[in-house]
Amino acid sequence: MTNTATRSAPSQTALARGLRAVRQAPPTAIFGMVVLFAYVFTAIFAPFIAPYGEFQVVSSVPYAPWDEVNLLGTDQLGRDFLSRMIFGARNSIGIAFVTTLLAFAIGGFFGIMAAALRGVADQVLSRFVDSVMSIPDLIFTLMLLAIFGTSVLNLILIIAILDSTRIFRISRAAAMNVVTLDFVEAAAARGEGLVWRIVHEILPNILPILISEFGMRFCFVFLSIAALSFLGIGLQPPMAEWGSMVRDNATLINMGDITPLIPAGAIALLTIGVNFVADWLLNMSSGLSDEA
Amino acid sequence: MGLVSNPIAKMILQRIGLGLLSLVIVSLVIFLAVNLLPGSFASAVLGRSATPDAVAAFQHQLGLDRPMVDRYFTWLSSALQGDFGNSFSKRPVGTIIGPRLLSTLRLAGITAAIAVPLAILLGIVCARYRNRLPDRFLSAVTLAAISVPEFFIAYVLMLFLATRLHIFPSLSSIRSSMHFDEQLYRMALPIMTLLFVVLAHMMRNTRAAILNVMSRPFIEMAQLKGEPEMRVIMRHALPNAIGSIASVVAINLAYLIAGVVVVEVVFVYPGIGQTMVDAVRNRDVPVIQACALIFSTAYILLNLLADIISIVSNPRLLHPR
Repeated sequence: MTNTATRSAPSQTALARGLRAVRQAPPTAIFGMVVLFAYVFTAIFAPFIAPYGEFQVVSSVPYAPWDEVNLLGTDQLGRDFLSRMIFGARNSIGIAFVTTLLAFAIGGFFGIMAAALRGVADQVLSRFVDSVMSIPDLIFTLMLLAIFGTSVLNLILIIAILDSTRIFRISRAAAMNVVTLDFVEAAAARGEGLVWRIVHEILPNILPILISEFGMRFCFVFLSIAALSFLGIGLQPPMAEWGSMVRDNATLINMGDITPLIPAGAIALLTIGVNFVADWLLNMSSGLSDEA
Repeated sequence: MGLVSNPIAKMILQRIGLGLLSLVIVSLVIFLAVNLLPGSFASAVLGRSATPDAVAAFQHQLGLDRPMVDRYFTWLSSALQGDFGNSFSKRPVGTIIGPRLLSTLRLAGITAAIAVPLAILLGIVCARYRNRLPDRFLSAVTLAAISVPEFFIAYVLMLFLATRLHIFPSLSSIRSSMHFDEQLYRMALPIMTLLFVVLAHMMRNTRAAILNVMSRPFIEMAQLKGEPEMRVIMRHALPNAIGSIASVVAINLAYLIAGVVVVEVVFVYPGIGQTMVDAVRNRDVPVIQACALIFSTAYILLNLLADIISIVSNPRLLHPR
């Protein structure tokens, strides 16, 4: 990493490098970024975009067909489907994002600690993670949600903790490669403390790996929450969530109406978009050193 | 281990031992997860206003008033004999789960029987035409299939094949009195959905396993000899890749576990996945524990199988110097 930094022109700022990278991105990555931007924009400005409120009943007719007033018709309780879709973006993406961040914080912290401390701490943490990972994710999540009850907080904590085991593995493996390098040992010899070494030496060097992994893990978390909500165990009504919107309006499928597929398609489009961007980031972060 | 001189047998025995160990740990985790917080769990299920008597009776019904170690061994030993105790609805868990487990195994079995040969075939096609049209097309389709939710695929299939074209029934209600053809016909849509999900993962990994071998010197040698590309793949690459293909196939069958839960709910298929989701909604702990144990066992066994296959197919271990 340090090599490429000195080799490229020193006057070039990080921003300019970023812009150049974006300009040279493959069409799939551009597509992914456009999708991502549209979703984030919708999520942030949901109250200004949505024609009606999230819980507002606008029609006495449930499952009303598409018309000029309710562009995508109404749902099972007569709420505007389009507005629910827009607020759903905020809930689905927001919660998945927070959960992924938390998972990275937990998994990254313990992973780096395990690599830095080695010995007994590493063994205990690694064996614990192994045993958690030998239960299928969805099954474990279902079981824990049944025990602790389904609330947004429980959902976020349970998925974040279970997913942090994957991030533990990644960050531990990445940090293991770094802790043996000379500059980290030099810092230790200088008498720098453990925390200082982690923050100043280890973390900056494994950050590119963690960032490019973030997109993949976000997709996984996002799909898990959607699947749980679809099963009726994730986010609870009246909150608008794409997975539960599919479930609540699924009967329309039998009448040949595609409306319930729209939230499912929205989920699919976002995960594909994020995958494209993450793929590109992954290629860049691994290909960067081969460039010169 | 001194008794076993054969290095392969020794490694396999070690893996089986590790597999058994992780089964024990998993059973402990499943048991502890429910039992670590008995007080709050009873009040969570019964509600805040539950009287101390009601809580005590509930604890007794679950056996929570006995020592934990004692409870664990009782639970595990009867679970091993297929007895998972009584559900909260007073019916034995075994009679609830038994027939549904068979339905799920049938669904998963048929899917696997179609998916495995098809995945290997398509993986070979992709490797043969790598970076050309068939490969690019299949890669794009499988990438899309693995990044969309299972219920999206399920409902798209349902909308077109059931509602619009009336080829298959949209719901898969199966009764044991039905003829096998009739059952298979009703299972068509769940099988197709699961196929999409499992096939995509399996095919990508098969392609990668073959291409991994294709970069070796002896493949280049065969190509330089002027052998046709298909023969290079079938005679030189495939036999060397078969071990890693078999192990990715076993690992990918684990995707059936998560897939089966969602797909069964979509098509109202009477399997164990749906049973578990219903139990979670009713917080029926004995049923949840039994389902979790069954799913985890399947998952661990599949991973164990993958490990053993990759040991057995390693030529360096098979023909030690």
